[in-house]
This record gives sequence, C-alpha cells and structure tokens, in this order.
Amino acid sequence: MNRYPAWKYIVIAVALAIGIFYTLPNFFPEVPAVQVSSAKAKIDTALLGTVEDALKSAEISYRGAVLDPTGIKVRLPDTDTQIKAKDVLQAKLGDNYIVALNLLSSSPHWLASIGALPMYLGLDLRGGVHFLLQVDMKAALDKKQDSYSADLRSLLRKEKIQYSGISREGGNVVMRFRDEGERNKARLQIEKNYPDLQFREAEGTGGELRLIAGLKPEALKRVQDNAVLQNIQILRNRVNELGVAEPIIQQQGAERVVVQLPGVQDTARAKDILGRTASLEIRMVNEEPGALESALGGSVPIGSDLFTERSGQPIVVRRQVVLTGDRISDAQPGFDQRTNEPAVHINLDGPGGNIFKELTRENVGKRMAIVLVEKGKAEVITAPVIREEIGGGRVQISGRMTTREASDVALLMRAGALAAPMEIVEERTVGPSLGAENIEKGFKSVTYGFIVLAVFICAYYLLMGVISTIALGVNLLLLVAILSMLQATLTLPGIAAIALTLGMAIDANVLINERIREELRWGATPHAALQAGYERAWGTILDSNITTLIAGVALLIFGSGAIRGFAVVHCLGILTSMFSAVFVSRGIVALVYGNRKKLDRISIGQVWKPGAAAAPTKA
Amino acid sequence: MEFFRIHRDIPFMRHAITFNVISLVTFLLAVIFLATRGLNFGVDFRGGTVIEVGYAHPVDFNRVRAAIDKLNLGEFSAQAFGRSDTALIRLPLKEGTSSAALSERVMSALTADDPSVKQQRVEFVGPQVGKELYENGALALLLVVLGIVGYLALRFEWRFAVAAIIANLHDVIIILGFFAVFQWEFSLAVLAAILAVLGYSVNESVVIADRIRENFRKMRKATVVHVIDNAITSTISRTIITHGCTLLMVLSILFFGGETLHYFALALTIGICFGIYSSVLVMAPLVRWMGVSREDLVKPDRKISADKILP
Repeated sequence: MNRYPAWKYIVIAVALAIGIFYTLPNFFPEVPAVQVSSAKAKIDTALLGTVEDALKSAEISYRGAVLDPTGIKVRLPDTDTQIKAKDVLQAKLGDNYIVALNLLSSSPHWLASIGALPMYLGLDLRGGVHFLLQVDMKAALDKKQDSYSADLRSLLRKEKIQYSGISREGGNVVMRFRDEGERNKARLQIEKNYPDLQFREAEGTGGELRLIAGLKPEALKRVQDNAVLQNIQILRNRVNELGVAEPIIQQQGAERVVVQLPGVQDTARAKDILGRTASLEIRMVNEEPGALESALGGSVPIGSDLFTERSGQPIVVRRQVVLTGDRISDAQPGFDQRTNEPAVHINLDGPGGNIFKELTRENVGKRMAIVLVEKGKAEVITAPVIREEIGGGRVQISGRMTTREASDVALLMRAGALAAPMEIVEERTVGPSLGAENIEKGFKSVTYGFIVLAVFICAYYLLMGVISTIALGVNLLLLVAILSMLQATLTLPGIAAIALTLGMAIDANVLINERIREELRWGATPHAALQAGYERAWGTILDSNITTLIAGVALLIFGSGAIRGFAVVHCLGILTSMFSAVFVSRGIVALVYGNRKKLDRISIGQVWKPGAAAAPTKA
Repeated sequence: MEFFRIHRDIPFMRHAITFNVISLVTFLLAVIFLATRGLNFGVDFRGGTVIEVGYAHPVDFNRVRAAIDKLNLGEFSAQAFGRSDTALIRLPLKEGTSSAALSERVMSALTADDPSVKQQRVEFVGPQVGKELYENGALALLLVVLGIVGYLALRFEWRFAVAAIIANLHDVIIILGFFAVFQWEFSLAVLAAILAVLGYSVNESVVIADRIRENFRKMRKATVVHVIDNAITSTISRTIITHGCTLLMVLSILFFGGETLHYFALALTIGICFGIYSSVLVMAPLVRWMGVSREDLVKPDRKISADKILP
C-alpha cells in the first residue's frame, strides 16, 4: 500500500550521493598556503619547478605544490613556514609575480577535480575588507570636456579656421566665431573628426557667433562606463600590489565599485593603498626668486599653488599641468646605475614620451613636481631636478629617497591616474579572529538547535519523529551541498538562515504527522492514515512554503551584502526542505511500513481520542 | 506524548472582542512608542562608523572615552559588546572626513593609550548608501506585503488576504514597537528577520483559512462562529508544535549566535510568539467581521480548490 516505486528511491539515492560528495570538502580543515599568480608573466610547469626548487633550497618543507588556472598553490604545515615561504618566493620570483598568503582546503584532490569545494565564506566569516567605492562622474565628465576643448582648439588651428575664443561652459565646449562661413567650416571639420559630439548654434552678445559642442547621450554613457572600467583596472593593479589571494573587484550599479579582500590581515595598509583615490599630474616648480617666500607670506604668485612635499617642505608649483598620470605606462622601483641610490624608473607612452622630451629639453636644470591630487588636496610626491633631455619615454627619478619611498612612489605612479576620483561610501572590515569566532558561533547555534529539536521530535512522534529527524538531516546535507556547489557566499546571517530554515522545515513534518494522527483519531487504518497524511498535508506545505519564499525573494532582490547571504540560504533551504520533508521522509516510511500487508499500528506516539479520555489508548 | 487533548471546540470567537481589544492596545502602544521614541537605527540605515575593539583585559571605558575625546570627533558612544573585554565604538557621520581616516585615527589613539587593543571590526556606511539601504528595506517590505496579499487573494479570497496581512503587519508593528521601547539597534539583519517572520507567520493564516474553508464544506449546518472555532481548535496543536520547533532553533541562535546575531534572533523570537497569537486570534475575528460566508468560499464551480482537504 505505502510502497514507493524504484525510480523514486534512485532519485533519493542520487541526491544523497551528490549531497555527500559536495558536503564532504567542508569537513577538511583549511591549511596555510602560498599562492603565486601574475598579471603579466606566464604561470606554467616551468615556474612550478622554480617554485619547488626555491622552497627545497631554502629547506622549507611543504605539502605539495599544484598548478591550476588561478596560479600555483603551495600548501604549508603552519603559518610561520607560510610567511617564510612567501618571503623566499617573492625574493626569488621578483616583482612580476604576486605571492599571496592564503588558506586552502586540505580536501583530497579528487574531490576538487569533480568540482566539490568547501562553501565560499563571506568576509564576516573569514575576515577581510569590503569597500564600496563611488566614482565621481562629474569629475570624469569634466576631465573629458577638458580634453575635448584642448583637442578642438588644436583641430581648429590645424585647419586654419578663424575663431575668436574657445572655452568650457557647464558640460559643453563653446567656440566663438566672427563669421558664419568659419563657423560652418568648423562644424563640418569637427563633425568629421569627432562623431561623439552634437552641436547647437547660438548667438552671443555683440553679434558673436557661437558653436556649442556637447557629448551625445550615448557617448556620455560610454564615458561614464569607461570611467568605471578604468578605475576597476587601476584598483586591480593596486590590489595586486597588496598580494591578496582571491580579491573581488566588481562594478555595482552604474557608478560604484565593490572591492573585497578576503583574509587581509593588515587592513590599515589595504585601506591606505586603496583609499589613495588619487590622480597624478606633472607640473613645473615655480623657482622664481622670492616666489616661495611670498607664498609663505600669504600671497601665492598668480598661476601657482603652494603645496607641501612629502618631507614637509613647502614648494610653489605652477598651475599648468604638463603631463597627466594616464600617460604613464609603467613605474618600477630600482636603483640608479651610476650612484646606486634608490630610484624610480618610469615608462611613458608614445605621446607622453614626446611631450616629456620637449619638456625636459626646455627645462634642463629646473625642477618638476609630481603632484598627487587626492579629493581636491594636492601633495607633491617628489620634485626632482631635470638633469638632461630625456627622450624615448624612459625616465628615472632618483635622489633624496629611501628604498621604501621609491617603491611607494613607483606604486602610486604605476597604479596610474584614476579616470575619476572615488570615494569610499561603505566599508566593512572584519578581523580574522572575529571571523573564526563567528564561524564557531554560527556552527554552535545550528548544532545545538538541531539536537534539541531532534530530541523533542523523536520523543513526541517516536519512530515517525526519527524519520522526520532523518529527513531534516537530509535537508541540512542537501542545503550545504548546494551552497558548496553554487559557491554562494556564506555569511553569518546565512548560517542563521540555515538554523532558521531547519526550524521552519520541520513544519512540513509536523503537518504530516499531525494529519496522520488526526486520521487515526477518526478511525482510519494505519496504511490509509499514512497515505492521507502525506497527500493532504502537501497542499498546505506548498502554500506555506510559497509565502515564505515570497519573503525570501524580496530580500534577495533588495538585500545587499550579508543580508543577501541570508536570503540565498533561506530560499535554497525552502526548496530543499520540500524535497526532503515530503519526498525523502515518505521514502523512509515506505521502507519501514510499505512492505507490511497487515499494519496494526504506526509508531507516531500517543493518539488521544476524545471518547477514551479516561484511558488513553495507544494506536 | 500528546500535548493537546481538547474535548470541545474552544470558543475563541466568544472572546474575540477581548482579543481584539488586547491587540488594539498593544498595537497602539507600539505605534505610540514608534512615534515618540522612534527606532534606534543602526549604522546600516543612519550612516556612520562602528568600530569593535578587543582588549587583553576588561575594558576600562573611562580611558577609552578619554582617548577618543581628545580627537574631537563630536558625539560618540563606547559600550561593552557581549563580553567585558570587547568595546563597541560608534561615531556619527562627519562631513569631510573619510571613513578610512576616521577609524585609523581612533585606532591609533586607542593604541597609544593601551597597546593591547586590537581592531576586530569596522563598519562604515556613507549617508547616500544608508539612505539607499533604508529605501530598499522599505521596498522589500512592500514587495512582501503585496506578494502575500496577491497570493492569498488568488488562493482564497480577498477578505482572507486582507485579514491575514493586517494580522501579520500587526506583528511587524509590535516587533518594531519592542525595538522602539527598548531602543534596540535596528539593523539590516533585523529587517531581514522581520521579513522572514512575516512570510512565516502568514503560514498560520493559510492553515487556518484552509481549515475554515474545509469546515464550511463539511459542517453544513454550523454557524460561521462555530466553523471558525472548530478550525482554530483543530489546528492549534500543529500551530503550537511548529512554532515551538522554530522557536527552539531561534533561541539557539539567540543563546549561541553571539552578539552580532542577537537582535536578529530577538526580532525572530518576538515575531514567532506574536505570530501565533495574531494569526489565530486576530486574523480569524477580522475575517468574520468582514462578513465572510459559506457562499464566498464554497463555490461549486471551483472544483480544484474544493477537492483539497487540508489539515
């Protein structure tokens, strides 16, 4: 009567097998590891050999080195060895490679090869830094307008078109002409060369003819998208410098970037380097006699700014920007070949090299200033003296620097100028020890809750309670397996959602068991009661899960961060609970009772009948 | 074991007025507290900075406060957080200061005062993000309410949908009332708990509505009051056991989940307790007063729903 067809058992068995395999990796502890990756150089078996040789020659014992698409990973016995290994490898491999500390699962290789990985822990569980950065779009557009007005000026000059003025007004570039013919010529030329611009003609004061050029809407959007993309690229470079094993840098919405750095221990340094949302400018130092004195006295010379150098020295710098940071293609710390002083070697791109050549030819013996502009505040990183004309785009800055300073300056220059300044609008930092504590607390809540629940259900419903508990266990197994499979981020609220989902999932079994008791109370035979219990409870289970799911989906849509973690687990848990509470528990019931032709009673605890209140009967 | 041995239908409806008065009073109290004291919005919604620091010894708050006071950051608070060696420092938003700079300045001041201090956690939410989180939270609540009303109206009848959502929103207001009275911190996690509990409590209403419909069909002669009483009585055992089980899990989070999940679990606990009350004793009288009748639910042409007999 309560038999179950073979295919249903096969489905359950397959689900269980998959569940076990994918849950398994979570039971292996994480071990310290060192990860070698590179944005520039190739990672191959030859490098793997180099890594192993380096470790062997430094007498560092390691537990296997593997090569995978993300890089080379070396497992190490403890954290001290890990740090030693990192130093050895970084020294051996040089700056082209990123050597990062990481934690790796110690699960056997065959599990990883079927894609069974431990759950992906959120930052609140493993520790790390989360930033939400907002790109200042107005600044990005301003910058674009600036470059357009410069370009248009040189175009008009090249085409020998007579114009009386060109300036930036609001979001537009305004050109002024004296006669109609020149204006039309200009418009034709600009339209041909700059298809992204749209035009409006107007008449200014005194019969002056104006041509107003602005970006087309689609071009505007492209500028904004590119600004975000360029900033993401720059953030990647900066993060690479930090040596983080699995950084996440993603666009969020139209104007924001999320940066997540799991496992970062030195959060202050991370913030320092990331937070340096700066742009770089090269300007000339105003070396006119008396300029510094009068600036310090309160009257800064016209066309100049008074800044301070990193050393704290005041310096007067001309306002004109001769070169911007986006012309810098690379910057590396190193040493001056002649004096052996720490130095920064800079490579400029083609146009940058030409500008620089001209600049240095005209200004030998003068000082230029490399200015870091950070949220409207400018700081002079270094102000070297130009010793000779520098061609070919290869520049060396040396003198008055420590090694550390050289590498900081190089990093700042290499990271390049951001397309637009960024501001941290959200930050969440969790220390690694707090993360471990959170895991432990989450684990405890689930375990203790589950045990108490299981004891109660088993005592109240006897064998049917045991079956319900097994179904609940299967639910937990499947939930963890799916979370591992999807590599969905598990957060502390996510663990709470596991506990909550289990507490809610038992509802389905309570409904079924209560219904069976009720059927028995009304005098149904045990087999009929089982049948009716499962069938009639199903509609209610579906209803209740749908209302819960509505709440889960709303949270998924509108939630962010840790709350989304909660919603993901909640929704998945509802789905797995429907499978386990109904399908699996029914399967077990069929195994236990299905083959008995004559079933006298079901072990579901006492079924109280109103008529026999004085002497409760067991059914 | 069988907890519930009920001989006769419990006359819930006879006391409907009493229950409704109790509901109304608690509801109004909650509203009054919400209006006068307001919610103590956490950093998620209000913006600002929270720093959790751990010491090697019990925190000396006077020293912590004195150290931060020197920085002139305006109003701030420093409190114990779960354990005696952990302190939670809250700083309001300040124009023109970046979060990075702010938390670092506080940390360096604390380190100068006592080198054993360790930064455990920093949360900074800017004003814009806080506003967005607030708006998204409100939208999520709206979506849940509309979704549930729509589903119940489709599944049963509009009067059930309206009664169920009023009953459960009444829970939400009461949970919020608790947060207003005790000035517990209202964070994103608490909002998630409220939405989860809203979806969950509606189950109760679904189960009872199902039973009322089933009874209208079976108990041809019975009055509406009798039908509702019987529906509540025959589902009460399941209601209490289910909620009890869920409550066990939630209490486990409350006791073992640590300080971070404390208010989340608290909101769930209150929500589950009031969920039982409201779906049983608020929703059913509302349905009756809205004038639901046998004809509204037992429609001969709606074969599919009429075939279902539910617990």
